[in-house]
Amino acid sequence: MRSTKLIEEVTVNLLRTAVTTLPEDVLEAIRKAQKEETEAVARTQLQTILTNITIADRLGLPMCQDTGLPTFFVTGKCIPHLEEGIRRGVSRATSEIPLRPNAVHPLTRHNPGDNLGKGMPYIHFQPSDVDFTEITVMPKGAGSENMTTLAMLTPSQGLKAVKGVVLDTVVTAGSRPCPPTIVGVGIGGSADESVFLAKKALLRRLDDVNHDLELRKLEEELKEALNQTGIGPMGLGGRTTVLGVKVETAYCHTASLPVAVCLQCWASRRATARIGKDGSVVYSTEGFD
Amino acid sequence: MKLRTPLSEETVRKLKAGDTVTVDGTVFAGRDEMHLRALDYARESRKLPFDLRGGVLFHCGPIMRKEGGQWKVVAAGPTTSTRMNSMEPEFIERFGIRAIIGKGGMSQPTVDAMAKHGCVYLAFTGGAAVLGAQGITEVKEVEWLDLGMPEAFWVLEVKGLGPMTVAIDAHGRSLYKDVDEKVKRNTVEVRRRLGL
Repeated sequence: MRSTKLIEEVTVNLLRTAVTTLPEDVLEAIRKAQKEETEAVARTQLQTILTNITIADRLGLPMCQDTGLPTFFVTGKCIPHLEEGIRRGVSRATSEIPLRPNAVHPLTRHNPGDNLGKGMPYIHFQPSDVDFTEITVMPKGAGSENMTTLAMLTPSQGLKAVKGVVLDTVVTAGSRPCPPTIVGVGIGGSADESVFLAKKALLRRLDDVNHDLELRKLEEELKEALNQTGIGPMGLGGRTTVLGVKVETAYCHTASLPVAVCLQCWASRRATARIGKDGSVVYSTEGFD
Repeated sequence: MKLRTPLSEETVRKLKAGDTVTVDGTVFAGRDEMHLRALDYARESRKLPFDLRGGVLFHCGPIMRKEGGQWKVVAAGPTTSTRMNSMEPEFIERFGIRAIIGKGGMSQPTVDAMAKHGCVYLAFTGGAAVLGAQGITEVKEVEWLDLGMPEAFWVLEVKGLGPMTVAIDAHGRSLYKDVDEKVKRNTVEVRRRLGL
């Protein structure tokens, strides 16, 4: 029972931190973009975003009304009552912070009001042989989530076609995902894994560098190309269409080349907690290691 | 420029794409489900709970909190307007709204309906929900709460709501269309550089 209460507490704290404060690396990227924009409309959009972030942080209120679906990434050691603790935390956070009750039945559209339901909260668990557990939350709005694409390319189409899928996704999405966006790309895996990789890529810090030199080059090339489209902040034109591109890969079937693109709005909200074996908790919005 | 509701056709016809405005007065918040139900009501000749004529529609699913029996706004930024594309021309024609606040713009049939009936699209920065909430002084009424908090039909009193950009004016000019054309031209070059 102790661990249920602890996880409930951690869940509420994570959601509160994530929806009210933006990680420093994202904030810094928006500040830099605002300085570099030359067009008046684009500058105004970015200035409004920065003002909004400052007020949200000061008042402890959600920076965006779309506080996303309760999605959790758990890694490390399995702890008892994890799911029950997160469920209770989501319900409490929804009324306490508050979050917007977003979870509805897919067909009847019935809204229970507490962000819980069949399949919600969504918890992805990746076990590993360490003596701590990390819980990460990524409140992600539907504006960007609705623009997700998956393409099952053929191996002969290769890297060129991968670049085409990324470009087409960002151009087709246009103003809708609240640009400037962060572009998560998943290459390889199975269909579902590819989409998961694309989303997981969004958890990386904007200022990190890919350890794989080829992927680092691809990320830089795509970022530069996407910023030449001119979509700009909120799709009203300008040089900042994306704040970053993050690529993750996995081995795939010899007959397949899956590629998925997951966009994240400028409000790239995330928070992580590391729970030690003694029950101690450390929080970070920028991840550990 | 300051706009005060209710808006006349003359007032909105004077606005030009690119103008910056703020809004004072009454604003109705509604999105997907509210549009569906409102149009169903109209087709069945049933009256809506509120008269929208000359009004401002805010594409927004707010976070609200009830304090002492009274609804208070927590966060209220614009939602993606394109989801309402298929319903908006009929909505504008039937209910006589004069302005829509949203993000991301709307498609050509809505641009045409705005030019025909005298209505403008005001682009509010996506995600600027705390700023939006600061412009709302009172939650006056709410109906259709059975649709859920984000989808209900809210009536808000606003002061200095904005800043917003007139992104589609009542003369058929759309900043989004201008950007789209530029993006199309730029993309040809981007594709070449990527070797596509």
